Amino acid sequence: MSDTGRILSLHLAVLAALLGLHFVAPPYHHANLARVMVLAVYAMGYNIAFGYTGLLSLGHALFFAAGLYGTGLTIQLAGWPAGPALITGLLAGAAVAGGLGLLALRTAGVSFMIVTLMFAQAGYLTILYFTGYTRGEEGFVLPAAARSIGGLDPTGEAARYLLALALFAVALAVNLGLVRSGLGRVMVAIRENEERSRMLGYDPFRVKLAALAISGLYAGAAGAAWGWLFGYVGAGFATIQYSILPLLYVLLGGAGTVLGPFLGALAMFYLIDIASGLTDAYLMVVGVALVVLVLFAPKGILGSLRERWLRWLP
Amino acid sequence: MTKLLGLQPSRRSVLGGLAASAAMTGLATRFAQAQSSAPIKLGFQLHRTGIGAAYGRWYERTAMAALEVVNAGGGINGRPVEILFEDDGTDPARGAQAIDKLVSQDGCELVFGPLFSHVVVGSAPRAGELKVPYLVCSEGHHVASGILNRWTLQPGITDVKSQVLAMAPWVSDTLGKKVTMIYPDYAFGYDHRDNFVPAMAAAGGEVVAQIAIPPTETSFTRYFPQIPRDTDVIYHVMVGPAVLTFVKELGEFYGSGARPEIFGFIDSLEAVDMASPGLEFLEGTHFWEGDCRYLQADATEHTKAYRAAVGIDDNGASITDSKEVATVAHMFSVWETLFVIKAAMETVDYQGPADRQALVEAVEAMTIMAESAEHPQGDKVFNGKTHQVFGHQNISKVEGGRMNRVYRTEIALGDYPDEVDYTTMSF
Amino acid sequence: MSFGPYLLLAVLEGLVSAAVLALTAVGLGLVFGVMRVVNVAHGAFFMLGAVIAWMVADALPGPPALGFAAALVVAPLAVAALAAAVDFGVLKRLGYDPDATIVATIGVLYIVEQAALSLFGPDARPVQAPFNLRLQLPWFGYSGYKLAVVAAAVVVLLAVWLVLSRSRAGLVMRATQIDGETARAFGIDTDRVYAGVFALGAGLAALAAVLVVPIQQAHYLMGGDPLLLSFIVVIIGGLGSLRGTVIAALLIGVSEGVVSVFFSPTLAKILATLLVALVLVFRPQGLFGRRAA
Repeated sequence: MSDTGRILSLHLAVLAALLGLHFVAPPYHHANLARVMVLAVYAMGYNIAFGYTGLLSLGHALFFAAGLYGTGLTIQLAGWPAGPALITGLLAGAAVAGGLGLLALRTAGVSFMIVTLMFAQAGYLTILYFTGYTRGEEGFVLPAAARSIGGLDPTGEAARYLLALALFAVALAVNLGLVRSGLGRVMVAIRENEERSRMLGYDPFRVKLAALAISGLYAGAAGAAWGWLFGYVGAGFATIQYSILPLLYVLLGGAGTVLGPFLGALAMFYLIDIASGLTDAYLMVVGVALVVLVLFAPKGILGSLRERWLRWLP
Repeated sequence: MTKLLGLQPSRRSVLGGLAASAAMTGLATRFAQAQSSAPIKLGFQLHRTGIGAAYGRWYERTAMAALEVVNAGGGINGRPVEILFEDDGTDPARGAQAIDKLVSQDGCELVFGPLFSHVVVGSAPRAGELKVPYLVCSEGHHVASGILNRWTLQPGITDVKSQVLAMAPWVSDTLGKKVTMIYPDYAFGYDHRDNFVPAMAAAGGEVVAQIAIPPTETSFTRYFPQIPRDTDVIYHVMVGPAVLTFVKELGEFYGSGARPEIFGFIDSLEAVDMASPGLEFLEGTHFWEGDCRYLQADATEHTKAYRAAVGIDDNGASITDSKEVATVAHMFSVWETLFVIKAAMETVDYQGPADRQALVEAVEAMTIMAESAEHPQGDKVFNGKTHQVFGHQNISKVEGGRMNRVYRTEIALGDYPDEVDYTTMSF
Repeated sequence: MSFGPYLLLAVLEGLVSAAVLALTAVGLGLVFGVMRVVNVAHGAFFMLGAVIAWMVADALPGPPALGFAAALVVAPLAVAALAAAVDFGVLKRLGYDPDATIVATIGVLYIVEQAALSLFGPDARPVQAPFNLRLQLPWFGYSGYKLAVVAAAVVVLLAVWLVLSRSRAGLVMRATQIDGETARAFGIDTDRVYAGVFALGAGLAALAAVLVVPIQQAHYLMGGDPLLLSFIVVIIGGLGSLRGTVIAALLIGVSEGVVSVFFSPTLAKILATLLVALVLVFRPQGLFGRRAA
């Protein structure tokens, strides 16, 4: 089979498996998978900036929160219908990422990491500063009635799962197309050697800005979807923990692999779930598991698999 | 502290085992008259990790103590009761997952127990979707404000709005007219501000300054000069791990010089030893307490029995470690909520998930809760429309390093007009 | 309070937070500068230092100064030993790969936090300062120990500077920092240097925690803020520049203190954060860093 054939069949198989699980997964895991898929979209976006373009950001929570609040506040305060509110959230993620990129991309490496961290921290504090509107850390609930779009009600278990799957499928397809496109190849080239790609005539700043904006679009989509599907908007999603989470997912699953973010999110989710069923001191188990995993697969699960056996993996 | 680090089996499996062995031995006979002698499983959403962990530990102990009393008295409807604890990491997203796990995977009849407002607000929609009763022990105004749903109730502790309204007249009459408020820049802090300012005005006083402190702060002294010089009373309520620093620095700031009266919500010092170095200046200051940390001279038999069952001494610390101070001002709500659950389940002869709606309606129908072994903090009035309970509030004065109650409010003092009628909402 | 004393207090507070920042950041700066790895567990090492300080002070009867002195010795040594074990058992095996190190140190962070939660508990615990001195100024009172923390920061930073610039160990560290390959070629055992630097960095974090904990409190989640602030200070200062770390700590500490005079607390925090971020935007290599090649 050609590489393209293999790649297509693998990703279609993953989507088919997720669709199949819709019918057979027990309710608890069914609900969890919907969450994991939305978080995986967030992590996929993170991977576009970090895994493919080499931009280690600690500020992605800001983009997720832009999506979450872009949707949540337009519904809650402006009384918008859910459809336009969702699109607003999506675009807010991209706009905030692009705007931040204009400033932050003047820096690189660790300085980029710190600048994004600090802007995100300022964003988090801004949400708290406007607690009168946002209800700060307590957050607010989006009523079910305000969330339906033309009869499409995201509060039912089946609808929610399928909507999350649809979002995940689109995000996966776009991601796959992106990394196989010209832009995707330039992104990787810049990650590997920025100077050389500059000499080849590419403008690293513009490419990185584009990558960051796409990454923000993903994060914004995930944030908007979270608010829409699960009905809760709160400042907790803007904290540094939610910037570190996608980094962890990506590194665990394999940076620079299309399925890695999903795999990482799934692994982390069930690591905590299973460990907390074994012992009260479950964070110890999670910590040990992370250390062991990274010792055996320093490039992440898929990254290490690709290095050894599956060289064709995108 | 005696607990060995490491992999003690989780409470989940231990409890399962206990119930199984209980069923096989003599206890089984006591439960035998029920149609089904299978245990009733209740889910507890627990702040085992994260910033709520200090509360979580005592909420867990209180729940276990109350459970023992319930089971010793024959369980509920003749069936033994189990509580399954699930950690939410004091995080709203994890909170919703915990509800899923307790209900869908573990088969719990309902979920109760969370304290932190953001966890409650983040989890309540999920409880509503799963159509499972969700009884919170949070003191937040979120339930009575009407933003949640028919399935979410707070029958164990007065909400912050009512607490604050009940405090204002006393503060104005006793401590002084000009108040500076220091509170976290959190929704919780805003609930204090938004309700105390008008209540103080109504009581003839005035809030002269409002200092909202970002929750990421670990040092506070630099904000104290914003306290106006003519302030009569400082009103403080802080949450999170830095509260001790806050109170210590307030003491350093005023030092031996003249200082205003100080009135705080005990949240600022919950689970903190009053004998901690740097807290000496609190002598003579006042605190709101939901329930009194120190055993009061006029404590009822019920209070004493409750404290003994939970395992706290006369100073409100663990009987096994006098430095481990309990979250006494809040944790009674867990005890009382479990007995509300028991009463409601017995009213509707609860059998299984089909009776969940009837259970909510039974709680909604409750009105007066008398002071009793089930309600050791005192009598309460439940408002079925707003799903919120109202009880007495205590004001204590720090004297000789302990807190003595100097005032107990009437329940009616915390009344306010209903903001919602949940009973008109669909299930 | 009138403006003069207010500003005095703000500057004093700024100096103290600068001292705290410099103390917590100096260890991270060493590790980051020499090894070029992001140690997410740095804050956890700091927390561990504070928790050990509480345990030692709690176990030792007698005056608080005695327990404090014991903690000053015990905590850094214990934490440094743990860090050396982490380096030997995990980081070395990962070849100090930057990405893998992030995951591994997140794992270590979980382990250390859970250990603290299980053994020490979830409560915030106070540790008494070695001496109890309050300065009563005409306008406000001030903790004498806070000023001692400023002095201690000066001493610790001077000592680190002396070691780095005057001792053979410092020379070896600097050589490894500038060019690990060449250092190896000259017969320097860089593995040992890395282990030593990692342990030293963690020990300094613990030392900072013992010094700082009397003006804060020990709590199992207290490591988060020091971690973030240390990173910020180290990068703003310029990687590998001790002088930069000190200046950045002063800049951040004092600007937060002074900005808070003019704005409401949260707004002040937002503005101070943006201000410092903009410094980096317009000076990406940090204040004293060399421009990357």
